[in-house]
Amino acid sequence: MTVHIKSHGDASDGVLAEAVGGRLSRVDGPAKITGAARYAVEQQLDGLVHAVLVDSTIAAGKVRAIDTARAEAAPGVLKVLTPDTIIGLRTASDWFGTPPPDKPYCPLARDITFSGQHVAAVVAETFEQAVAAAALVEVSYDETPAIVDLSDGKAGDGMPVDAMTKEWGDAPAAFAAAPVRICAAYNTPREYQAPMEPHGLIARWEGDRLTVWEPSQWLDGMARTYAEWFSVPFENVRLVSPYIGGGFGSKALALSHGAVAAYAARMLSRPVKLVLTRPQTFTGYGGRAATRQTVTIGAGLDGVIQSIVHRGVNETSIDGMWVEPLGSVTAIMYATQNFSSRQNVVRVNSVVPGAMRAPGENPSAFGIECAIDELAYEIGIDPLEIRLRNYAEQDPHAKKAWSTRQLREAFATGAERFGWARRTPEPRSMRDGNQLIGWGVAAGTYPVRRAHGEAIVRILADGSVEVESSSIDMGQGTYTILAQTAAETLGVPADTVVVKLGDSRFPRAGVTGGSRLAGVMTGAVYKAATSALDQLVGLAISDPRSPFHALQANTLVVANGRIASPRGDGPDVSIAELLSGIGLDRIEAIGDTMPANATAEDRYKNYTTISMALPHTEGDYSRHSWCAHFIEVRVDEDFGTVRVSRVVSALDSGRLYNPKLAESQWKGGIIMGIGQALLEEGIVDRRHGRIVNDNLADYLVPTNADIPDIEVISVGIPDLHSSVLGGKGVGELAIVGVAPAIANAVFHATGKRIRDLPITLEKLI
Amino acid sequence: MRDFSYVRAASIDAARQAAALPGAKLLAGGTTLIDLAKCGVAQPDSLVDITHLKGLDRIQVDERGATIGALARMGHVADHAGIKSQFPAVSEALWQAASAQIRNMATIGGNLMQRTRCPYFRDPANFPACNKREPGSGCSAIGGVTRGHAVLGTSEACIAMYPGDLAAALIAFDAMIHLGERRTSVDEFFLAPGATPDREHAIEPGEMITAIEIPSSAAARRSTYLKIRDRQSYEFAAASAAVGIEFEADGRTIRDLRVALGGVATRPWRARAVEDALKGKVLEPEAVRAASLLAVEGAVDHGANRYKIELAPRVVARAILKLGETP
Repeated sequence: MTVHIKSHGDASDGVLAEAVGGRLSRVDGPAKITGAARYAVEQQLDGLVHAVLVDSTIAAGKVRAIDTARAEAAPGVLKVLTPDTIIGLRTASDWFGTPPPDKPYCPLARDITFSGQHVAAVVAETFEQAVAAAALVEVSYDETPAIVDLSDGKAGDGMPVDAMTKEWGDAPAAFAAAPVRICAAYNTPREYQAPMEPHGLIARWEGDRLTVWEPSQWLDGMARTYAEWFSVPFENVRLVSPYIGGGFGSKALALSHGAVAAYAARMLSRPVKLVLTRPQTFTGYGGRAATRQTVTIGAGLDGVIQSIVHRGVNETSIDGMWVEPLGSVTAIMYATQNFSSRQNVVRVNSVVPGAMRAPGENPSAFGIECAIDELAYEIGIDPLEIRLRNYAEQDPHAKKAWSTRQLREAFATGAERFGWARRTPEPRSMRDGNQLIGWGVAAGTYPVRRAHGEAIVRILADGSVEVESSSIDMGQGTYTILAQTAAETLGVPADTVVVKLGDSRFPRAGVTGGSRLAGVMTGAVYKAATSALDQLVGLAISDPRSPFHALQANTLVVANGRIASPRGDGPDVSIAELLSGIGLDRIEAIGDTMPANATAEDRYKNYTTISMALPHTEGDYSRHSWCAHFIEVRVDEDFGTVRVSRVVSALDSGRLYNPKLAESQWKGGIIMGIGQALLEEGIVDRRHGRIVNDNLADYLVPTNADIPDIEVISVGIPDLHSSVLGGKGVGELAIVGVAPAIANAVFHATGKRIRDLPITLEKLI
Repeated sequence: MRDFSYVRAASIDAARQAAALPGAKLLAGGTTLIDLAKCGVAQPDSLVDITHLKGLDRIQVDERGATIGALARMGHVADHAGIKSQFPAVSEALWQAASAQIRNMATIGGNLMQRTRCPYFRDPANFPACNKREPGSGCSAIGGVTRGHAVLGTSEACIAMYPGDLAAALIAFDAMIHLGERRTSVDEFFLAPGATPDREHAIEPGEMITAIEIPSSAAARRSTYLKIRDRQSYEFAAASAAVGIEFEADGRTIRDLRVALGGVATRPWRARAVEDALKGKVLEPEAVRAASLLAVEGAVDHGANRYKIELAPRVVARAILKLGETP
């Protein structure tokens, strides 16, 4: 990979584009634009065969029988897999690393708990043969009544999740005594990650060694799962995932279709490709759980909050557990002496929900950030002013100082750039012909999740540099910022650095999720590069063959790929010349962010589970990213259509390793938030317990025409409590608060509070 | 694997003969047919490719009207200077349809043959009952998720919405469809579902659309297509209106009015009651709004699509009033 810094980057922040903090363009961009980037299932392998899944068409019941005779007789068919033919797999541990129950695992189901559950698979020589034969598999069922969603009468109130309970003071009593009281219910529907690249894989066995080419947000975690399923050593599984076409949380775990493909590959001794269809990307794994929240706020006439009582519910599946932490923002955004948040989960016949951009914080913010707007209107205070009056000077829940919280700066900067002072407060008071104009504000936050990573930095004989890590780049810019980190640390041009990611054979990394990767991996590369530089300079000083040997210097300067004495009075040679002079073909260093006393078992757990993640409230500080969104909507008064016409967002992600890429991620989050606010909803046919809009024509995400110019402003400062180089999280943050800002703007435009997402036209007509 | 044969037709006659065989389908842009084949709805035995036939992609506009060859691409028609000046509603209906990529592939003849987006129709594996797909099997949509379904022209057998934009503009301006020897009006070409929702078009085996002809009119010259939808692009209409107007010499009294609806009916839907109520009247907002309510006379909702009955008259009224404002 070659980087052309001068033609693609710019240095408008006064930082050299290739340095950390510079606006270097994505080094993987040209490969993706030209089609040279080869994605997981595009690998060309000899003898490749194709698997296609057969899914349940009922939401609850049992498979009575599967007749495979016609499918097996179809041209090209090599094998039809059913629950009876998959034998010998073991249940794998969960992502916390909890030891699994000692029982067999079958990725094909006999007991049906949701529509779309995989019940059989056909493997054939060609994809078309497999598709045709899959349609010939006849499955009969004994159907039982399904619980279709949260509003199903059979669903009940669900189970309390005690770990989600957060309480201090006496919230009910303080609420009862408060002069101003509001209470409202907020609902979010099932939402889906809808990555452009569907899930899929190619699995190949060589003896007892498995290679899996699969888009992955977590190579080492998924490799562990495959290893446990197939009872082979972790080292025997290689995951390869150099490019990922969008994940948004959905590609962190090995899923049942992966087990099917790997099983078929072992059984047939052929590499097997299996790719989910677009409809299967709505049923083969979970999107964001549907949620319900009730937010009750008691306040003084001055708008100061005296009590918050919050109750939340999210859907989970019949046999899986997903908790969407709905009180996460509620508990920390505003100062209050009295607080109570509790949460239940309700089992419904759906696939187990999963992580989707800012799980927990996203719906949580929709509740509290709409509710505080309602409170502002109840009292007659500006929605921005009420947020400042209730500003939390420390973490109200953890009772710890913020590491950094530039939220006041975000409000001030955003308001100024947006022109908030010109807003007239009354609903329906701003208009342009048939268009009612509304301005809304909301805040967002996301915790700084931290784990550990390791990287290798290799200085090669020609002076070029290699960086290797099993972390991944799904578009957020890992390739680029690691090149910048290595270049700056070593004193070499970034275009001489080649970053290699996405192979579990490389030094290891934890999950790419929760906005933790950049902070972890820049730290690991910084440490590895520092160590490599120390070796280089040490050799240059001490090796008798080095031109610097006679200088008797304490140190040397490495800049732009050349080595010289600090005062410039000695030799000046390139790294390549030095290495050749002292007869070395490489200098190599591994760096990691683990504590020095970490054991091998600690390392394995850190890279293959999330159990070693550091709490964001560890030690003396509470660590979070923050943002404030200011959004203008135009609502057609006849048609009820809502269009977002202006967005100004000010965000605190700490130090930005590359502002251009951070801004791009922020904008992506805001765009996804616009979709969440106005368009996205998995619609269930209540008779069948099935999502009917399981495709991208009917499950709407925004088009370019739906997105106005978005202004994003960084108000962050380096936060060394959060990461080695001072960054906080970027990717998850910006979606948090977008939907409530839009809902608040819609209220300002129309006078109607829409508390159920998405805000579609029939709710306003 | 489901095999099918592929023939490249050498002439219109050869295409018609080949397509007359059972299980044969004409293939033009393929944006509907291949899509439906992928989701298991279309299972052709043979595809008769007509994309190489000469002369079928011509667009001619003169004082009598427009003749658009069946193989003209949606994108080309939308951008055609004569269409834009003489039939703005046609151009607007086209450029607001689908995406740029699809408009560059899809042909005008194929556009008229496009089928409903009813999710139950498009998913045979999960919803075997569909009278449009399997006559007599029942309708999965009735009682199901109906937000996008029709409120006009429905039957007990089918409530699937006709999704096209172009046909609404065509029916408003009395366009004719050339089927070789015979011609038929757009109004006659599209069938309401009745008891036979599987039969959508009045076209016989061996017939092939060769051209569309739109007579010129003052109303067509002063026309527009207003499309309302959840997102700004690449979506079918929640409700749309093709409207054309001609004023008397006073510039206020309505001499001719054409109104057709999209996104709300089982077929392109001409709203003659609105036209009749306003012809001869002075264009005035209250009268327009009142008359526009006639657009949904006889509408029947199935729950989630009730908003269309509110929305459609408002779209009609806005479109008429907008034309009144623009000179």
